[in-house]
Amino acid sequence: MLSAILGIFAWALVAPIVAGRLPKLGGWVLAVVPAALTVWFAGFLPEIAAGGVVREVVPWIPGLGVNLSFYLDGLSLTFALMVCGIGTLIVIYCGGYLHGDPMLPRFFLYILAFMASMLGVVLADNVISLIVFWELTSVTSFLLIGYLHDSPKSRRSALQALLVTSLGGLVMMAGLILLGIAGGSFELSELAGQGDLLREHPLYLAVLILILVGTFTKSAQFPFHFWLPNAMDAPTPVSAYLHSATMVKAGVYLMARLAPTLGGTEVWIYTLVGFGAFTSLLGAILAVRQTDLKRILAYTTITALGQLTMLIGIGSVYAVETFAVYLLAHACYKGALFMGVGAIDHETGTREVGQLGGLLRLMPVTAAAVGLAAMSNAGLPPFLGFLGKEFMYSSTVGMAGEGMPLLGWIATLAMLASNALMLVTAGLVFVKPFLGPKIETPKHAHEAPVSLWLGPVVLAAVGLGLGVFHGVLERLFVVPMAASLAGEAVEVHIYLWGGFTTPLGLSIVTVALGAALYLAWPRVKATLDGVARALGYDSDGGWDRILQGLVGIAWWQTRVIQSGYLRHYVMFTIVFTTVAIGATMMVHGAYTAPSLAVLDAPYTAWVLALTVIAATSAAVVARSRLVAILSLGVVGVVIALIFLLYGAPDVAITQFMVETLVVIIVALVLARLPRLTAFERPNRRRAVRDAVISIAFGAVVTAVMLSVIDLPIPLDLSEYFATRSYTEGFGRNVVNVILVDFRAVDTLGEILVVATAGLGAFALLKARPRRPTPEPTPVETVKTGDRP
Amino acid sequence: MMDSLILRTATRLLLSLMLLFSFFILLRGHNEPGGGFIGGLIAASAFALHSIAFGPAALREVLTFDPKAITGAGMLCAIAAGLWSAFLGDAFLTGQWLHWGEGDAAFHVGTPLLFDVGVFLVVIGAVLTIVLSLEEEDV
Repeated sequence: MLSAILGIFAWALVAPIVAGRLPKLGGWVLAVVPAALTVWFAGFLPEIAAGGVVREVVPWIPGLGVNLSFYLDGLSLTFALMVCGIGTLIVIYCGGYLHGDPMLPRFFLYILAFMASMLGVVLADNVISLIVFWELTSVTSFLLIGYLHDSPKSRRSALQALLVTSLGGLVMMAGLILLGIAGGSFELSELAGQGDLLREHPLYLAVLILILVGTFTKSAQFPFHFWLPNAMDAPTPVSAYLHSATMVKAGVYLMARLAPTLGGTEVWIYTLVGFGAFTSLLGAILAVRQTDLKRILAYTTITALGQLTMLIGIGSVYAVETFAVYLLAHACYKGALFMGVGAIDHETGTREVGQLGGLLRLMPVTAAAVGLAAMSNAGLPPFLGFLGKEFMYSSTVGMAGEGMPLLGWIATLAMLASNALMLVTAGLVFVKPFLGPKIETPKHAHEAPVSLWLGPVVLAAVGLGLGVFHGVLERLFVVPMAASLAGEAVEVHIYLWGGFTTPLGLSIVTVALGAALYLAWPRVKATLDGVARALGYDSDGGWDRILQGLVGIAWWQTRVIQSGYLRHYVMFTIVFTTVAIGATMMVHGAYTAPSLAVLDAPYTAWVLALTVIAATSAAVVARSRLVAILSLGVVGVVIALIFLLYGAPDVAITQFMVETLVVIIVALVLARLPRLTAFERPNRRRAVRDAVISIAFGAVVTAVMLSVIDLPIPLDLSEYFATRSYTEGFGRNVVNVILVDFRAVDTLGEILVVATAGLGAFALLKARPRRPTPEPTPVETVKTGDRP
Repeated sequence: MMDSLILRTATRLLLSLMLLFSFFILLRGHNEPGGGFIGGLIAASAFALHSIAFGPAALREVLTFDPKAITGAGMLCAIAAGLWSAFLGDAFLTGQWLHWGEGDAAFHVGTPLLFDVGVFLVVIGAVLTIVLSLEEEDV
């Protein structure tokens, strides 16, 4: 599985070259690898359907429990098939949709990299690798949403999606790490077995809230739903892929994955069902207010994600079964609809509902695909969407019957309303453009090329086929997936006709209500617009205000801390260090007075110490820079002598050399500085402030040194190095052997710092913008033709 | 640049002596006080002295290579010393040794020396990058 993921990443790197060489066939050729992987994953179906699981572990940072481990069960296999299968169709579709776009090669790179990241998310078993792939999907989708980077709107949408989902991801990371600590393992498959323990754990609530923030942002649940419709500024293939089948479902996937681990508690049920039901209703209401086909679909995606979240929350056998059916149903019809709408847009030049009509005759294949998908979306039998809707009602009604009547009936009503509105949107997407009266479109419409209709046709056909042959659906997908969600094998049964039941009654009401609402659509839309205006509801604007506030705070703190004066920067650094160390020492009572043995030093040490004090005082009172620098140089040299005195010649020589170079460099700097005017006596207040800061800093450093001396020095390391330096490093100079052999990686880091410092100085001094050279003054040419 | 005859004359003599000394310090470092870092600092001071006496242009001529290139070469040496063992299947930067002779007369040479040469070059390159940037800055 790791090789599958890495394979797509590698393929993504090759993709721009392939697409550049084969401008016409690029999409078809690039689809080969995802197609092959789809087949490969499909090969696991019998094994997984028989109740097996596949686990693959590659140690990554074993010391920290971080592995590249992957886990294939019903849930992840279904998702992997969706990612690769729909991905294949999307790649082909991209080739046709963006044909001739100069940035198409780069687009293939992004979308394949996204595919690999998404595959990583759904297959990862290790919490840390899951987070890595999760954030990779945020980053790659940022690139995809911002693909039309010339447009400020695209850039804003991309940034919004990135900020919302990746900040959510960071919060989730905290939750997942806590989960790992609480459960004693970083492998999701092992944590699933700890469910009973974890639900009782004191960290449970914190873990749950943190993780849900991440999954809610990714899956655009209320109140984070606003980024998803904006992300529709991306080219349609991106919308079809990220926003129907893959990325937005990552949150739903993770909630489903964690259902056996964290699910089943009251908090879980109320949160997921409450937010899910509300989100689905909100999405549906917002959807019917739109007139852009793509935005309609975007809001119905929010509805579907809300419904899926709700189903995970309910968690009954019916609900997990419904989850499986509805997940597949939505991926099929939404992918098909998005691609179909893209084809309409591509051929007619518009996506506005009001400008489209009568396309059936002109685009029959697209019409057929969109029609089938729309019927599934509307929840009509015998499509997969119908099954999803039926079982959804069974779940909510079931919940009402099993001790949660209030929540159950509220959820049922919310589903009834949102499903009816879904039917309206299906009508808007199919009936209006294809069946309505013929309307002249900006471009003269033709049937789309095969690359544009292949995807919708295949997905629509799968949606119909799985609905009709629901035995296959049940055996290969629903049973294994339900088992993953429930954490144990459960008995499920899929049927189209279950007799005259409450769900069937609700279905009939839904269809009737939906049809009525569709016929009254202009009035419904006007009413909803009026309500929205009255409420002043605008979460997108709220986002803008949050962002502005954040920028305001950033400005304010930059003004305060980064004044542009080096002395302020140094002062803040020193004050912070002093307070941080001093306060910590005081709180923990870390200061220990040294024993008097410290004072028992040879007289030479005393002489040196007094010299340091004298030189420091000289530096403080010096009136010229040169004297101040030289006095500090004396301090450095004396410290080198102290090193020499106590038997550290290596350090002493280094110190001497550094002092020498400091004098050279400072001399060079001094030559460049303006004369001493700036080095005036500071005023009294500033002098007192500086004195207080320096004395406090000095006192803290002294206290630290004295306390350190007072500690017993562990000598085992010194002994280890002393005895091994010649036998293993073949050198008698222990210091050097440590530097270049035992701890060479440290030294490598240090010389990297030295090199960076050199380059930094170069960049500061040399690579700044050149001063404009004065323009050569044009020489006046005096006409001399008339010279006598 | 200081226009001083004494400094220039002294520097002519000192440069080669100091460079020789820095090389000596570099090589003996494994057994006696010294090593790449100290050696590099000595060599850098020698070059800095030359630059003060004769000016940055003259130093560039003596160096032949740009100090940034010297820094890069040093990093390459150090990393090569690490990868050497990595290619042989040991952990990154494990010392690889060749030995001649026995007992006190034994002579060992290995990748830590290459690593130390890397340190030496990085220090020279970085310090001289700073010194030359300062000296060549047009005010």
